[in-house]
Amino acid sequence: MSGESLVGRTALEHLDALAKGELSARELVQAYLERIERFDGHVQAFLLVDADGAVKKAAEVDERRARGEPLGPLAGVPVAVKDVLCTEGQRTTCASRILENFIPPYDATVVRKLKEADAVLIGKTNMDEFAMGSSTENSAFQVTRNPWDLTRAPGGSSGGSAAAVAACFAPLAIGSDTGGSIRQPAALCGVVGLKPTYGRVSRYGLVAFASSLDQIGPFAFDVRDTALLLKVIAGHDPLDSTSVARSVPDYLACVEEPLEGLKVGVVREWLSEGVDPEVATAVRDAVAVYEKLGADVCDISLPHSKYGIPAYYIVAPAEASSNLARYDGVHYGYRAARYEDMIDMYCRTRAEGFGAEVKRRIMLGTYALSAGYYDAYYLKALKVRRVIREDFDRAFEQVDVIIGPTSPTPAFRLGERLADPLSMYLSDIYTVTANLAGIAGISLPCGFTQDGLPIGLQILAPPFEEERLLRAARMYERETEWHRRRADLQQAVAAVSKAG
Amino acid sequence: MATSTEATPYTIVIGLEVHVQLLTETKLFCGCRNRFGDPPNTNVCPICLGMPGVLPVMNQKAFQLALRAAVALNCQIARFTKWDRKNYYYPDLPKNYQISQYDLPFSHDGYLEIPTADGGTKRVGIIRVHLEEDAGKLLHAERGGKSQVDLNRAGTPLLEIVTKPDMNSPAEARTFLEELRLLLRYLEVSDCNMQEGSLRCDANINLHVQHNGQTVATPIVEVKNMNSFKAVEAAMAYEARRQYEEWLRTGAKLGEVPKETRGWDENRAVTVSQRRKEEASDYRYFPEPDLVPVVVSEQMLQEVRSQIGEFPAQRRLRLAAEYGIPEYDARVIVELGKAFADYFEQFARGLENPKNASNWMLQDVQRTLNAKGWTIEQFPVRPEKLADLVSRIERREINTHAAREVFAEMIESGRDPGAIIAERGLTMVSDEQQLKAIVDQVLDENPKVLEDFKKKKGKKRKQVAGFVRGLIMRQTKGRADAALVERLVNEALVARTGVPLE
Repeated sequence: MSGESLVGRTALEHLDALAKGELSARELVQAYLERIERFDGHVQAFLLVDADGAVKKAAEVDERRARGEPLGPLAGVPVAVKDVLCTEGQRTTCASRILENFIPPYDATVVRKLKEADAVLIGKTNMDEFAMGSSTENSAFQVTRNPWDLTRAPGGSSGGSAAAVAACFAPLAIGSDTGGSIRQPAALCGVVGLKPTYGRVSRYGLVAFASSLDQIGPFAFDVRDTALLLKVIAGHDPLDSTSVARSVPDYLACVEEPLEGLKVGVVREWLSEGVDPEVATAVRDAVAVYEKLGADVCDISLPHSKYGIPAYYIVAPAEASSNLARYDGVHYGYRAARYEDMIDMYCRTRAEGFGAEVKRRIMLGTYALSAGYYDAYYLKALKVRRVIREDFDRAFEQVDVIIGPTSPTPAFRLGERLADPLSMYLSDIYTVTANLAGIAGISLPCGFTQDGLPIGLQILAPPFEEERLLRAARMYERETEWHRRRADLQQAVAAVSKAG
Repeated sequence: MATSTEATPYTIVIGLEVHVQLLTETKLFCGCRNRFGDPPNTNVCPICLGMPGVLPVMNQKAFQLALRAAVALNCQIARFTKWDRKNYYYPDLPKNYQISQYDLPFSHDGYLEIPTADGGTKRVGIIRVHLEEDAGKLLHAERGGKSQVDLNRAGTPLLEIVTKPDMNSPAEARTFLEELRLLLRYLEVSDCNMQEGSLRCDANINLHVQHNGQTVATPIVEVKNMNSFKAVEAAMAYEARRQYEEWLRTGAKLGEVPKETRGWDENRAVTVSQRRKEEASDYRYFPEPDLVPVVVSEQMLQEVRSQIGEFPAQRRLRLAAEYGIPEYDARVIVELGKAFADYFEQFARGLENPKNASNWMLQDVQRTLNAKGWTIEQFPVRPEKLADLVSRIERREINTHAAREVFAEMIESGRDPGAIIAERGLTMVSDEQQLKAIVDQVLDENPKVLEDFKKKKGKKRKQVAGFVRGLIMRQTKGRADAALVERLVNEALVARTGVPLE
């Protein structure tokens, strides 16, 4: 089997071939490393490719397999990890100058679980600095390009991970989602991305952006691989007090079982104004598929979801302003070379170390928490959060899952929204509410625009109903072929060089 | 004890803010050791260093100790309590926020009873008690201008106790602190060592001045940097005088000037202005999203209540009543700590007369502890063994002189008193005929003492009798029954010289 015919397959296909001895983990990782070598100069999904570490791990898996030793559920499968998760002894930058040379002495719990599952950690992916952004353009180091069209953004903030899967640099990737940062790039890159319920996956070792909203989740080509990866990373962690002590179902084992009498709610507000017509059409077509499958489809209303973006841009920056206070040049990370005194050291370190969007959000959050403004902003935002959660609670009394578009538009052009932060913020208009309410959501491919850009379908489920979410998503996926399409990088590269 | 303020035309009003480090094995939100005095930055981990991505996990033991203290301070315990972040930048605070409690502290509205000068008690109100993490320490170089950070203390559990402004004299403030320290040590909540910083205290003080038939409040001043209870008392006394003088000079009232913070300068014995706050600092408090709120169940409270034994104030009364020892002795024994009082009780139970136990504890035992620098826990003689020894005095088996010799050997070798007495032949000589013969022999050999006894008068004559007793004791290697020797010597001297003892 040639390398190029290996990449682009799913993790489950790889696991099957590895188990049957049709290929070795070393051959597999080599194929991906070659692919990365060949195309990542164009896509720029990775901030760090750990070729040596990956080959070493693959060799270890092969040896253990040869000796007949038990292996983890991801044995030999390459996984890309967003550079917001700490990896012991390996640079973890959050795509920020301030952590440019930071090497954590510990693994994030999710990274530890991946290692224990015998996954091959192939590299750390690019992102918006500290996960703040929706295009991955806020990275201090490089601009990641959408594999379907290299002049367009992959979405963000987990754009590196989404692009890595879409570019067939790895069959699986890990991202984090604070306001849509897994689902939106998944939609824009034509892959599956899942944001688990708040508390389903340990946040230990995830560099915090907004602690009450952040969740780690999987990227994959399809729903079955997503179920496989979620099972590995989910579960209670004594190191994270906000992770919930509930057993983790075997998501993969049940994912093929259709849901009998499924009730699907379509959010009225999300298919009216502000949504790209091609996106709206693709979502309506998806609704039709559910109807054809015998699901009971009805319109529902989330009347307060329009306050989602404003509430989010109070809560998230408020928490971020506190979470990012530790990057001060005193204990670790970047420190300004020249300064007058302690205060000047703080100021210069942070002025030089943080990018514009991070500074904007620190200022927003600091303002919102200040005496005299706290009640009007932060407290009010918490109240909005509660009514948004109540909207969902009411909706889920009527329906099992809620569907709608993941993003109002397909992938936008690089630079297009950089000058206008508000237009960038609105990329997350359909995704932030799930974070504010703490519920589970998934984005999966549901079509392509006439220009060949992927469109994402978002499905939401009540807290800790990831099993329902995955089964509902798989019902649709089985009826469609979107998830089998792969970006043609050779053609994408050619298109750019022709235009250039 | 509280001093009278009648002589001054004002009343002093003092409220205290006390920080107490909890005696836990580990820190409040990570597994690092909570211990004073280790080399800098050895008790640290990614969590208390505030590294990226780490999360706090609450130490249940710390919360239990905090509950114990609050219950003992008669506080209302909140059934639902949460954590908040207090945001400020300082190099000893690795995250640049402190995990603390803001609007929903775990306890509030309690009081502590303190003894007053007239033998009564007074209640000092407690506004709130909350739990928070401590910061690290900055070590400032004497020269060169560079400072260093030691984060061993960062993240250790700290109890903040805020009193009502119920203390009306410097002495009362000191008494409150002494009583609080005694209580928290008794409960094994904290060792309350001001030198090591496990108890720190700031004070708010102002005066209510009687002026033209009205009471006028002077501006409240916060006083910091007091490093001993003595310093608190001295600083309060100084500050009261200073505020009164300032009031006479300026007439400034509460609310007319910004709140001032002053530091106590131990060497110069004055307070020095540090800053004036135009308004309260903005710490941008908000709920800590990395921790879940704590729900205190009835069962948890029951458990805590059952762990609290007797309070020191109750124990003082009980010791005096149960053992019939003087109230002064009972107070000193209790103030020397729980373990000391426990030792006393075990010791006293083995004796006929418990007063002997308090005498031995406050003299011989205490003297040994001081000389060796031991705590009572380090004292090698167990209370039953000491009771064995002292009860032999009560049974007139040995005299006190011999008992001290045995005591010294017990400390050295840890052997039983019985064995030591037998080996050294220290059993008391109390046979009257035998002792009488020795007295006669000694007087025969020392005719000069009889002349002295006749010549001298009053006290001097008695001293001669004492000298003779000493000779008898030397002759019997200190084993003679001292009371019997005294009688026999007196009788013999009077008989041989014909002059009376007095």
